[in-house]
Amino acid sequence: MDAPRVREIRSVIARGKRWDVVFAIVGIVCLMIGLLTVAALFVDMAVKGLPRISLEFFTNFPSRRAESAGILSAWVGSTLVMVVTAVTAVPIGAAAGVYLEEYAPRNWMTDVIEINITNLAGVPSIVYGLLALGLFVYQFGLGQSVLAAGLTLALLILPVVIVATREAIRAIPAAMREGSYALGATQWQTVRYHILPYSMPGILTGVIIGLARAIGETAPIITIGALTFIAFLPSPPFQPEPPFLSFEWLFAPFTVMPIQMFNWTSRPEAAFQVNAAAAGFILVLMTLAMNGLAIWLRYRLRRNINW
Amino acid sequence: MTLPAAISKRLATRRGRVLRECAIEFMLFLAASLSVFTTLAIVYILVSESVAFFRHVPVIDFLTDTQWTPLFDDAHFGIMVLVSGTLVSSIVALALAVPMGTIIAIYLSEFSTPGIREFAKPLLELLAGIPTIVYGYFALLFVTPILQWLIPSLPGFNLLSAGLVMGIMIVPTVASLSEDAMRAVPAALREGSYAMGATRLQTALKVVTPAAFSGIAAAYILGISRAVGETMILAVAAGMQPNLTWNPMEPAATITSYIVQVALGDLPHGSIGYQTIFAAGLTLMLITLMFNILGHMLRRRYRESY
Amino acid sequence: MEIARPEVQRFTGSADGAIKAAAGGLSFYYGAVNALRNINVPIHEKRVTALIGPSGCGKSTFLRCFNRMHDLYPGNRYEGEIRLFPDNTNLLAPEVDPIEVRMRIGMVFQKPNPFPKTIYENVAYGLRVRGERARRVIDDKVEQALKSAALWDEVKDRLQSLAFNLSGGQQQRLCIARCLATDPELLLFDEPTSALDPIATGSIEELIHKLKDRVTILIVTHNMQQAARVSDYTAYMYLGELVEFGRTDDIFVKPRDRRTEDYITGRMG
Repeated sequence: MDAPRVREIRSVIARGKRWDVVFAIVGIVCLMIGLLTVAALFVDMAVKGLPRISLEFFTNFPSRRAESAGILSAWVGSTLVMVVTAVTAVPIGAAAGVYLEEYAPRNWMTDVIEINITNLAGVPSIVYGLLALGLFVYQFGLGQSVLAAGLTLALLILPVVIVATREAIRAIPAAMREGSYALGATQWQTVRYHILPYSMPGILTGVIIGLARAIGETAPIITIGALTFIAFLPSPPFQPEPPFLSFEWLFAPFTVMPIQMFNWTSRPEAAFQVNAAAAGFILVLMTLAMNGLAIWLRYRLRRNINW
Repeated sequence: MTLPAAISKRLATRRGRVLRECAIEFMLFLAASLSVFTTLAIVYILVSESVAFFRHVPVIDFLTDTQWTPLFDDAHFGIMVLVSGTLVSSIVALALAVPMGTIIAIYLSEFSTPGIREFAKPLLELLAGIPTIVYGYFALLFVTPILQWLIPSLPGFNLLSAGLVMGIMIVPTVASLSEDAMRAVPAALREGSYAMGATRLQTALKVVTPAAFSGIAAAYILGISRAVGETMILAVAAGMQPNLTWNPMEPAATITSYIVQVALGDLPHGSIGYQTIFAAGLTLMLITLMFNILGHMLRRRYRESY
Repeated sequence: MEIARPEVQRFTGSADGAIKAAAGGLSFYYGAVNALRNINVPIHEKRVTALIGPSGCGKSTFLRCFNRMHDLYPGNRYEGEIRLFPDNTNLLAPEVDPIEVRMRIGMVFQKPNPFPKTIYENVAYGLRVRGERARRVIDDKVEQALKSAALWDEVKDRLQSLAFNLSGGQQQRLCIARCLATDPELLLFDEPTSALDPIATGSIEELIHKLKDRVTILIVTHNMQQAARVSDYTAYMYLGELVEFGRTDDIFVKPRDRRTEDYITGRMG
């Protein structure tokens, strides 16, 4: 190459590299803006809310006076709703995932189911609220109950559980299945004793992510008409006299953490906004902990499994 | 000729075993088809309540009226009022989330060291899980005051603040999915570009991004769906007054925040006010569906074929 | 003066011609793994040099040193040098920009890897990367490059259609055209026909044969017949070392090293 041509090429390269640097800086800045915004959110809530967090905050009912208001009915309600959601979504989601991976024939029916699941994952959560309002609350007559809310959220997270189950099952090599069949096992025995145990950690990850999403969901639960001011608890599931177990709580009115927070956020008084910050802080910690656990599980799995 | 006893016994149980296997398969099939029933139920509920609604309100009024006052004596049902709020807030959100998410995705996939990527990816996934009500709180009580300091005329409830926070909320989704799509581009394609003397940015923009376009489009579509369907941020921070506006500096109700507003009140089952939320919900579903179909067409057009 | 050199050679008709590049004491490490050991070999100008050897012997690794592809991944380390003539630049020197090296040296990969663009834009890519904007210049170079790669007649009516629509052999010729458009001084081929059928392979080999009038070629191949058919010089590599280098005729007829003979006669690899 002659000298002027070399100089020209070098200046082109230098220009290209300058753009590389500019873009790298823009990239870091964008990443930082995203992370710092969320850090600001977290710190803001912590600074405002932490002074309010005490034992009483967890053991008091909501109140007209901000200082003595607590989240007792909210966290109990959230827990109960989560129990219903988990108990419904986990078996159905896992069963659906197993069916699609292990049993489903390649036909239009299966295609319809698969397309459906993908589309359901993109349906806005408030639409699930409308479904629940029309179906669970009025058609099935469940009212504004823990059961109605739990079932709504179960439908909402079902696609997450199904997709996680399918991914976990797909990661199991065909040789595992063939080994089981070669020993004379039936399809169900293979699923029961091989597929399900091996895919359990993956399914668990999906369930945790789904529940973390469900616990923060506000819109569908507001839509079914959950009350925002609940100063009592549902009757406890365990009773002192026979039959010891009670399912009355399933049909009790309730409130949940995000609704309590919404209620406090919408109040004009600054004192209630402090409560909102405290409730938000606890809510974020809960979802972060659940998601963190799931992500940690997943990354650990990816590293440890090598069939 | 007689079979040994053990074999004949096993053959006898075969019928029972086949039956049991069939029963189990049927149960699993039922679980899988629940998703189809869910969709059908959503369509049924939305359409049946909307049909009742449209018996009172002509479709043409619904689409062209410029007022939304369903609970007033002089009731108007112009859905465009709510649609405008939804679109404006979504546009604000996407104007932030799409460029930011794409830049972060390109940075993580093509520029950053593996260490930064390993650190940032899980963090992004973590952020995608923060409850939206928390973002709503943040929009109303943190971002709006800052914006008001910058723009003193800004009202306490506005679409701008809600939209921006919504954008921040969507960034992790767009970034994470786009990054996945870019990482899936084969190394051979990247090397082909570098071997021609291209820089990182040239390779990223001219080769990797077009090759991953279908996956990136899917990420954008999901981002749009989330913006259009987002509820709590808008219910908290955008005010819930119906307001036909294209100005993000104003307060306005969206389709979703209107549904929340009605649900918070106490409307009797079967009343026209009750039916409006289903008509609004149907509109929301149709808008989401439209974007999904658009995305599907885009992806089919630019299918990966490396 | 530099421009005159090729003319001089053509007149003298020197059997060995000039040296275009030479590896000297080249070693290469993937992290702690020593993949290449002390390689010394000349690359003759306007000749085809083939690198052969069993899988994992380091021939592709060696090839990818020439355009600094290893710089793309962390933890890789070069020792020694590869000198490019006539300017006697050490391609591996830290102060030499890998991008500049890649602009001077083209590479064709194992599997055809056209970019997700039109045929025209694929060939124009290198020109655009170099900052060329003039439409007429680009049009001209694209046409010439496609003609040199024996692809022009097949694609001249559909330059604006996507490169993916071409057959495998056409895609590989497009990748060659993509390199030719920027007049590389050295062209690297990394098993360019391993993903192609015999007919497409034949047309690529024919093309390589034609191209050596214009450009110096270094080709990695696992197919010894191919090496014998297309190359003027052959280097046999084994376990990261260069075992033998010489004129292809000599290597295939009377190899000096036992290991080369074993490989060529099919007793190994």
